[in-house]
Amino acid sequence: MPHKIISLISVGRHPQSGRARRSDQDGRAVELGLKLSGSQLEVVHAGDSEEPVLRQYAGMGLAEITILEQDQSMDAVASLSTYLASRDADIVLTGVRSESGESSGMVPYILAEALGWPLVARVADIVEIKDGTAEVLLALPRGQRRAATVKLPFIATIDSAAQEARQSAYGPGLRANMVAQSGANELDELRANWSEAPAKPRPKRLKMVKAKTAADRFKAATAKPAGGSGKVMKNESTEEKAQAIFDLLIEEKVIR
Amino acid sequence: MSDIIRRDPRAEWIIRNRLHPLHDQYVSQEEGGEIRGPSGIIRKFPHKVGFIGPNGVKRIDRLKGNAASATGKRSSATQEVQLPLHQISSPEFYVVVVPDLVGGRLTSHDKDILGLAHKLISEHGGQGAVAALCFGEVKEEHFDLAGVDRLIHLNDPAFDGYAPEARVQALAYVDTQLTVKHWLFPDSVHGGADLGSRLAAKLGERPATQAWQVTAEQVVCRGASSSLDISRAMPRIAMLLEECGDAIDETRHEASSIEFADIPLLEGHIVDKGLMDVDPNAIPLAEAEFILSAGNGIHNWDQFHQAAATLGATEGASRVAVDDGFMPRIRQVGATGTWVTARVYIAVGISGAIQHMQGIGQVDKVVAINTDAGCDMVKRAALSVIGDSEEILSELMALVNAHRNQASSESEENSHAA
Repeated sequence: MPHKIISLISVGRHPQSGRARRSDQDGRAVELGLKLSGSQLEVVHAGDSEEPVLRQYAGMGLAEITILEQDQSMDAVASLSTYLASRDADIVLTGVRSESGESSGMVPYILAEALGWPLVARVADIVEIKDGTAEVLLALPRGQRRAATVKLPFIATIDSAAQEARQSAYGPGLRANMVAQSGANELDELRANWSEAPAKPRPKRLKMVKAKTAADRFKAATAKPAGGSGKVMKNESTEEKAQAIFDLLIEEKVIR
Repeated sequence: MSDIIRRDPRAEWIIRNRLHPLHDQYVSQEEGGEIRGPSGIIRKFPHKVGFIGPNGVKRIDRLKGNAASATGKRSSATQEVQLPLHQISSPEFYVVVVPDLVGGRLTSHDKDILGLAHKLISEHGGQGAVAALCFGEVKEEHFDLAGVDRLIHLNDPAFDGYAPEARVQALAYVDTQLTVKHWLFPDSVHGGADLGSRLAAKLGERPATQAWQVTAEQVVCRGASSSLDISRAMPRIAMLLEECGDAIDETRHEASSIEFADIPLLEGHIVDKGLMDVDPNAIPLAEAEFILSAGNGIHNWDQFHQAAATLGATEGASRVAVDDGFMPRIRQVGATGTWVTARVYIAVGISGAIQHMQGIGQVDKVVAINTDAGCDMVKRAALSVIGDSEEILSELMALVNAHRNQASSESEENSHAA
């Protein structure tokens, strides 16, 4: 029995030019969805159905995209959660953080809380789905991976370590069917009180020297950073030396 | 100068004679007080300045007591400064920080947030305490110096490894037990952002994410992939970027522990299956956690590659090893190569040119294996081993293999027993 998989997509922002584009992590979520369920994949967007960026997603080989029509100032979570509750999906895939708007990364968490589903964050790959559980690979910092199993249904946020999104084809993108429904119209009231401005560059932290006397200031300006007086093993046997290194590696947990 | 104390009979006579016109001046000289000249200005009496040094020469201390102490060794022994203790006996509210504790220790990001928590408390006013909530194994020894007033250490095995569901339940339980004014999380890939988002969703709060300018009333957050600054009122839960505050460095704190027994935990849906074995050489050198780096002192390159594979370390090299063609250019560590951020860095046969030391500036623990005990790498290293690298590496590989075999046989026994 094929599993019902839904990918949620958003409008991205190119990091240099600032143009609207296919969001990187959402593209990866669609790619993973295509790998898992092929043409059965359902792709959902909450927003404007006339948005040209959606054609870039459709160009990845999607026959149609479902759009929950709503204004930009409206809350996307409300319409998404009512839609997902009605669709009886097994897996919902999203990016970790959107590239436009607040980009708090909270949407999947609020959806998971509303639907009562588990959420796995920063998924690099979904290896296998069997007997109502999925085996997922989580991306950790420093290139590490963690294996975990999750019960269906669940929500997964897709990390940038996942398989890169395939190239978008222009013609098929234009031919894809945009199915628009009206979404919930709940105004995001909290956000109406916020003020937004273009990002200011953050000041670099300066090295503060809290010296009380001239001698201390002189010392702080000239002294080499104190090299932590390490342990030096010179006359021990080779076994003892190797054992000391080994103990340090075990203590730091780099050898498992 | 001789040690003989010369008497000055005239001065003694003047001091005895209270009616002598110079009597006051000589008496105050004797007591070290100020001396007024005939026109009333204060005069310095040069013979009274300074002290007689150990070899009888007069010394004048112009450093006002800041010079290294003359006694004992010539090295300036750093004195342990006891910082003032900041005590909160009965806190009215808490600001709870959930640090990442990468490798069991506070990161600089964690320390910044602890400092920021104290700033928030002083802006709110009143008796507030900063509590740090830690899960699992903790190796940090200086919670008191980082600004932790109360330490909540949850050491249940249910929180070990990847257990976000159990952890967020514990956080929600703590939220019901204490009056928490703010929950502060590091907005990092080490799990802080994930845990903070989960807690916010569970408590139904709208958190401030990627916050970088925080006061008690207002917070400025980055949005739209860091192209937007959003100013908003400070919510209860905030996830903070790096360098959002200044770490505590002038006070000591109690770091007394708060115990929570019997936290109710529901069965989770996510089961941790442990870390996967990743090909260490597939990890980019800049973000590798454990690097075995080779320099000019390596002669047996086959053994070096074998050692890296056995230890599970990413390979690195110094400029000399790359220039001589033993290692590819992408493996070069240093100013012209990659600036690494490893936690553990083993430098084999690298003496430590300054360009190489720049490249390993962010490394936590450096282990040096070298034949020269006086080289710069030994000065930088936390552990230095002086000797032939070939012998030490082969011994180390034997130890690691023995450890692995033992671990695998133990796990087999366990599975048989089960």
